[in-house]
Amino acid sequence: MSALLEVRNLSKAFRGLKAVNNVSFEVPAKGIVALIGPNGAGKTTCFNLIAGEFAADTGEVRLGGTLLSGMRSDQACKAGIGRTYQVVKPFPEMTVEENVVVGALNRAPTVAAARCAANEVLKLVHLDKKAHIRAAHLTLPERKRLEVARALATQPRILLLDEVMAGLRPTEVDEIVAVFRTVNQETGLAILFVEHVMRAVMALAQEVVVLHHGEMIARGAPDAVVRDPKVIESYLGAEAVDG
Amino acid sequence: MNRRALVSLLILGVALLLLPLFANSYLLSVATLILFFAFAGQAWNVMMGFCGQLSLGHSLYVGVGAYVAAGLFVHLGIGPWAGVWLAVALCVALGCTIGFLAFRFGISGVYFALLTIAFAEFTRIGFDHLQWTGGPGGLFLKVAQRDTIDIANFRGPPAMYYYAILALAAGALALCSWLLKSRAGFYWQAIRENEEAAQALGINTFRWKMLAVAISSAMTAVAGVFYAFYYNNLFPEQIFHISRSIEIILGPIIGGVGTLFGPILGAVVLTVLADGITELLAAVGVEVPGIKQVFYGIVLLMVIMFLPNGIWPTLARKLGLVHAEGGK
Repeated sequence: MSALLEVRNLSKAFRGLKAVNNVSFEVPAKGIVALIGPNGAGKTTCFNLIAGEFAADTGEVRLGGTLLSGMRSDQACKAGIGRTYQVVKPFPEMTVEENVVVGALNRAPTVAAARCAANEVLKLVHLDKKAHIRAAHLTLPERKRLEVARALATQPRILLLDEVMAGLRPTEVDEIVAVFRTVNQETGLAILFVEHVMRAVMALAQEVVVLHHGEMIARGAPDAVVRDPKVIESYLGAEAVDG
Repeated sequence: MNRRALVSLLILGVALLLLPLFANSYLLSVATLILFFAFAGQAWNVMMGFCGQLSLGHSLYVGVGAYVAAGLFVHLGIGPWAGVWLAVALCVALGCTIGFLAFRFGISGVYFALLTIAFAEFTRIGFDHLQWTGGPGGLFLKVAQRDTIDIANFRGPPAMYYYAILALAAGALALCSWLLKSRAGFYWQAIRENEEAAQALGINTFRWKMLAVAISSAMTAVAGVFYAFYYNNLFPEQIFHISRSIEIILGPIIGGVGTLFGPILGAVVLTVLADGITELLAAVGVEVPGIKQVFYGIVLLMVIMFLPNGIWPTLARKLGLVHAEGGK
């Protein structure tokens, strides 16, 4: 299996606290991998290291063989990383469409082409009816979808989703899971996602990586991982297996 | 922009073109002043309104632009058509130096604003000691025959200056309107709204912020060249003073930061009302020093209280010049 995203021995400490400690995993081409673990396990830090938000202390990240380590976030995006933020960061005074046009300009040669691409993406995430209102007026679930739309519009090779389903109702979760599955199947876009909503993790992920205190404690198929005693003890709790 | 707005703009343009035929010299000088502030405000708006980089030192570019062109003219006899290029080049270099220092070393927000003030201030002090430009005593252009037009040296009657600044203001409006719809406009607004997210979408924020500074400083330099040849006298104490920077930015703030017509509307409101109140007070015989500044302060407070986004966005909606935002 050829890996698209390779994370090797990645470590990052903040003032001595090891947020991410020697973590290694891969995301295969066209694959969907979930990153789970309790709060403070280092999931978002992992994302920030991959996307060039900050530099890793040790270890490296490769995308399709290209070394991403040392790149700024704009360079990582150009290389093919599309990310969303856990705490959403819309451009509030711009319209929904304009928000996505900014993302689409990453690959589009002209503003007109970017507008076309943006409208396609907006349809995909069901935001096309809100295209001309300012992002400031969106509800939180809509803002999360806007994050996804903006990242998708950059035409990434891999999409990094940071808790885009938190706060959604179960039917909304199913809806957005369906969107990701469609995108994955139709375009072959690989997805790495951080999620607490186990319903989404089980439905979407082909492989699950579990972090705890910055270290990887388990990795494997979703069904196997949720039965792993270490994972149950540190994260899911006993009732998860019964439920 | 809808049809109504287009027609309004056309009527305004024609009215401004015909103005010198009807206006007396006082009215023409007020109109020239308004257009000067509209132009300089538009320039500042590129940096702050579009890209979110607060400059409180735009007097630096007005001053350097003015002094370069005037110095070349007075000492070397080089006309402003050549001088303006050097003025622009020098101001862009200065702007990029400030931008480089700030953006490379992560100085942003109010600290960036302080840096821009610092540059304007030490340039003022520098010019106070520069003998070539007359030091604190000032630099003067010979006031030529005002009824003959000498395009090459940009000397002529008030109407010529009026048309020149009208062309500049209109050109700036066209340029900014185009910029806002281009890739740069989208990138600048994204940087203004959330720089971290903008960068994660593949925008080299350093490069695009530098472009905003370069365009803004170049435009302001041209305003400076105009200033020198219109007023014919330059003093470091006046032209580089922070109050000059504030004067430039009040228009866009009152009119609407980040909007195309905000700087123009703001310049009209401030100039007309400030001159109006001076006239009015003179007519009733009240002479209070600083009354104009008090008035500025009150207007600024009112706008911030009642129209935090400036006058233009609300006015445009009321007049039906823009389509109302659907489905909130």
